[in-house]
Amino acid sequence: MRTRKLELTVGLFILAGLLALLILALRVSGLTLTTSGDTYTVYAHFDNVSGLTARSKVTMAGVTIGQVKRITFDKNRYTGLVEMSINSDVDTLPADSTASIVTAGLLGEKYIGISVGGDELVLADGDEILDTQSALVLEELIGRFLLNTVSKDD
Amino acid sequence: MSILANRVTLLGRSGLNLVAAIGRSGIFLYQALAGRSNFGNPFGLLLKQLYAVGVLSLAIITVSGVFIGMVLALQGYNILKDYGSEQAVGQMVALTLLRELGPVVTALLFAGRAGSALTAEIGLMKATEQLSSLEMIGVDPLKYVVAPRLWAGFISMPLLSLIFCVVGIWGGAMVAVDWLGIYSGSYWSNMQNSVLFSADVLNGMIKSLVFAVVVTWIAVFQGYDCEPTSEGISRATTRTVVYASLAVLGLDFILTALMF
Amino acid sequence: MPESSDFIVDLQQVTFTRGERTIFNNVDIRIPRGKITGIMGPSGCGKTTLLRLIGAQLRPDSGAILVNGQNIPQLGREELFAARQHMGMLFQSGALFTDLNVFENVAFPLRVHTQLPEDMIRDIVLLKLQAVGLRGATQLMPDELSGGMKRRVALARAIALDPELMMYDEPFVGQDPISMGVLVRLIRLLNDALGLTSIVVSHDLAETASIADYLYVVGDGQVLGHGEPDELMNSDNPRIRQFMQGEPDGPVPFHFPATDYVDELLQKERKA
Repeated sequence: MRTRKLELTVGLFILAGLLALLILALRVSGLTLTTSGDTYTVYAHFDNVSGLTARSKVTMAGVTIGQVKRITFDKNRYTGLVEMSINSDVDTLPADSTASIVTAGLLGEKYIGISVGGDELVLADGDEILDTQSALVLEELIGRFLLNTVSKDD
Repeated sequence: MSILANRVTLLGRSGLNLVAAIGRSGIFLYQALAGRSNFGNPFGLLLKQLYAVGVLSLAIITVSGVFIGMVLALQGYNILKDYGSEQAVGQMVALTLLRELGPVVTALLFAGRAGSALTAEIGLMKATEQLSSLEMIGVDPLKYVVAPRLWAGFISMPLLSLIFCVVGIWGGAMVAVDWLGIYSGSYWSNMQNSVLFSADVLNGMIKSLVFAVVVTWIAVFQGYDCEPTSEGISRATTRTVVYASLAVLGLDFILTALMF
Repeated sequence: MPESSDFIVDLQQVTFTRGERTIFNNVDIRIPRGKITGIMGPSGCGKTTLLRLIGAQLRPDSGAILVNGQNIPQLGREELFAARQHMGMLFQSGALFTDLNVFENVAFPLRVHTQLPEDMIRDIVLLKLQAVGLRGATQLMPDELSGGMKRRVALARAIALDPELMMYDEPFVGQDPISMGVLVRLIRLLNDALGLTSIVVSHDLAETASIADYLYVVGDGQVLGHGEPDELMNSDNPRIRQFMQGEPDGPVPFHFPATDYVDELLQKERKA
């Protein structure tokens, strides 16, 4: 009878541990079992990708539609090449859409926002988004602002 | 000159002793884990140790987890508030717990709670000749006494660490949402957006597993290798806590540098 | 091979050192089969070490230790554990497993080494406990027993697998006269009834001499003498006589080796 009780408590302990893992997976990391569905790859060149990392989200109209897969340096064009995977159910992105690196809040994380274009052709696997807007660099912004104020005073 | 020579000799000898102890502990680990046992039911022994090492550590792990989560939320809130991003408190609590505090604090508490008990228990079995007695009965004490305790430690600590993280995140939510009035949706969604299962949760678990091996190994070996007197046992118990804590903190730095 | 059947244990030129100290120096000891052999000597002369050498818990620096013709120090781990199943050892402290009750302690060797059904194990355990007079104590935990009872339970456990060779490590230390008498009787009884060979390591002269068929006196890393108890009592070897008669000073000096007493006193004075 004593072993039975021992088995039960140890069993509960192990179940509690596994339950904790499940909570961490679903509730804390927001892992849904369907995210690893089909995606297609789209490329974009940015003059400045600072702050963007692999696994940053890609959004359209504020809704996440994919994520950044890889960022490399294009040595021929001296720009950053971003490879992103877009969920394949979003297959109606016009070919002339704009990709811009935006910031959540003033100091928040960087992600890619895509604004819709007007072309009839849609982006397919391996295509490139040509119209891009680089990351906002706070120091440059402040510098430009100060320069403007100084030149106005003149 | 001769004093200097003496010092050098002494240093050399303690260095050699250290290397020998490391070698002994390696052989010890190998002999305990490799090969098959020559007695009936190793599973029953493991069960008993899982209870002693794992279940009995649950109380201290959950209580510490809740409090650490609460403190993290409170401190994080006060700092993040200055930048107007107190919404990120959930993300901060979760990442801190999963990547660092969960595995590390669990390992430290485990070393103090279960590790010292393991050392003292095995040391006492040695002092009262129970280990010799097992040998003479024809049962390998490495298999009968040591192996189940090692496995119990290896299995328990990652589980305890997971429980610690969950309880801590829940404690953080309690403070942030119920007390400081952060909208519960943003607490959780901020967390979900930034925590990655493969990078954060799994890496934390790998850390915890490494700590489990190191802490349990040190604890059990110190007990087995101790001088079989009351003084020797108390010294071995102290050594377990000190060595295990230092090893955990040192390894944590290395693992963090490798992982994140 | 008449040799191996007459002697169950045969130590041949065994040398054992611990650190700087030589515990045994080229020692030859033979234990006759079926008898009780006493190993006697002053405290700290390595009597317990001898038992540990036979049980292969320690390894000699050189020499052979044959038990039933097997050279024990050369056995592999597995063979060694198999060989130990034929040996029983009664430790000084009893060494009962503190987390098991009396019944489970005695049942332990049976459970780990045999596949006997539960009711058979129960019968054997009760039989062994009956032999040591503690059948009524099956449900007690070791910390509820007196020192003498602990040793008797340990004895029951040691004989659970019916070993050929029983080793007793200082069985009489710290026992009151009654339990000492009980143990003396038990050792004799078990030896004769179960056909064992017994080795009793002790410095209790009277008790050991009263049950042993053969005696070895060891000291200074050597065998000082051996023979039947009566022979040794009347030995003219001064070292043996000193031990057998219990004289405080003699060839075995009262003082631990030290520098000259007067010198040391004067030296201190000079320093001050």
